[in-house]
Amino acid sequence: MQLIEERLRSLMLQSLSGDAAAYRIFLDELTTHLRSYLRRRLGGLPEEVEDLLQELLLAVHNKRHTYGPKQPLTPWVQAIARYKLVDLLRRRSRRDVLTDPLEEDDQVFATANDATEAQYDVAKLLRGLPDRQRLPILYVKIEGASVTDTAIRTGMSESAVKVGVHRGLKALAERIRSIQ
Amino acid sequence: MKTEELVSLLSTGTEAVDLSVPPRRWLLALAGGALIAFLLTAGLLKLNPALWHETSKPMFWVRESYCAVLGVLGFVSAVRLARPGFRLGLAPVGIAVAVIAMWVLAVMTLAAASPQNQARLILGHTAAACPFLIALIAAPLLAAFLAVMRSLAPTRLRWAGAASGFAAGSIGALVYTLHCPELEPPFLGIWYLIGILIPTAIGAWLGPRLLRW
Repeated sequence: MQLIEERLRSLMLQSLSGDAAAYRIFLDELTTHLRSYLRRRLGGLPEEVEDLLQELLLAVHNKRHTYGPKQPLTPWVQAIARYKLVDLLRRRSRRDVLTDPLEEDDQVFATANDATEAQYDVAKLLRGLPDRQRLPILYVKIEGASVTDTAIRTGMSESAVKVGVHRGLKALAERIRSIQ
Repeated sequence: MKTEELVSLLSTGTEAVDLSVPPRRWLLALAGGALIAFLLTAGLLKLNPALWHETSKPMFWVRESYCAVLGVLGFVSAVRLARPGFRLGLAPVGIAVAVIAMWVLAVMTLAAASPQNQARLILGHTAAACPFLIALIAAPLLAAFLAVMRSLAPTRLRWAGAASGFAAGSIGALVYTLHCPELEPPFLGIWYLIGILIPTAIGAWLGPRLLRW
């Protein structure tokens, strides 16, 4: 436990100072921990695990400026995970009253493979964003182009590109929330 | 999209994050909100003409410290509740101690007064208006604090809203003292506290509605 905390915390601190490689390792390891946490907590709702996992990763990303560098990382992640889990269960219980009558039948045919595909498609959601957010995310985050190149390709200013990425990822998180 | 693809999307081209942004936003909200509260007090209510004279009375400073201590502790609580996994610590205990201290002072004042004076000590001249004026003066601070809260990541929304309201109410009360002529502890222990609790209740109500993310 202590080892995981130290390892993830140092990766997080490197990520916050702009180290993209460290951030990738951080998110990969976080994914593994969060997936097993969500599987335990969402025992009865296996189809929700991957959805909530992706929502959580987006939340961690969008809210990483609220991490205090002197703070331990585990409680920070746990508080976010618990908040999103409770939020999901509350939304579901509200919706279940109206729909979802045959959910139990699904269990019988559910395959036990390691589904890493979420039910909603982030790529599809991305297409619904306005260009000033979609293009910066497409070029910078998916194609891996630099901010400068993206600015030239889109005719936007560099700061508009950065703002577009930032706002776009927040809008994506909002849309995922509103789907569920 | 697969989860690995999302991880790759999020990590590609990330830049350094400026961790001094949240504290700067809090200070800006505090300064901006307090300035508007002061303009409301000076413009709408007028400053107390006897203000300078009253600074020589010890009770003037007891009143200022009471509001300031509540304001600092409320503000610290709000700042902590805006971050996931942060502990509140002893701030709520400090708030309780400050309020109880004022109540002890109030009971002592009332016990020493003659019966015909007691009502005057409790009601002063402005009891009916005081809580509402404090709530009014606190409104810009509450709006500013909730706006900052929204940009961060509170996970206990009702508490986060309530702490924003308590901080706004206490700092609003501190600004309101520039207008208010009342200095008696029973008055401060009752009407000032109600004035602070109005924005606290509004904040607690707004929290779950405004602060979800």
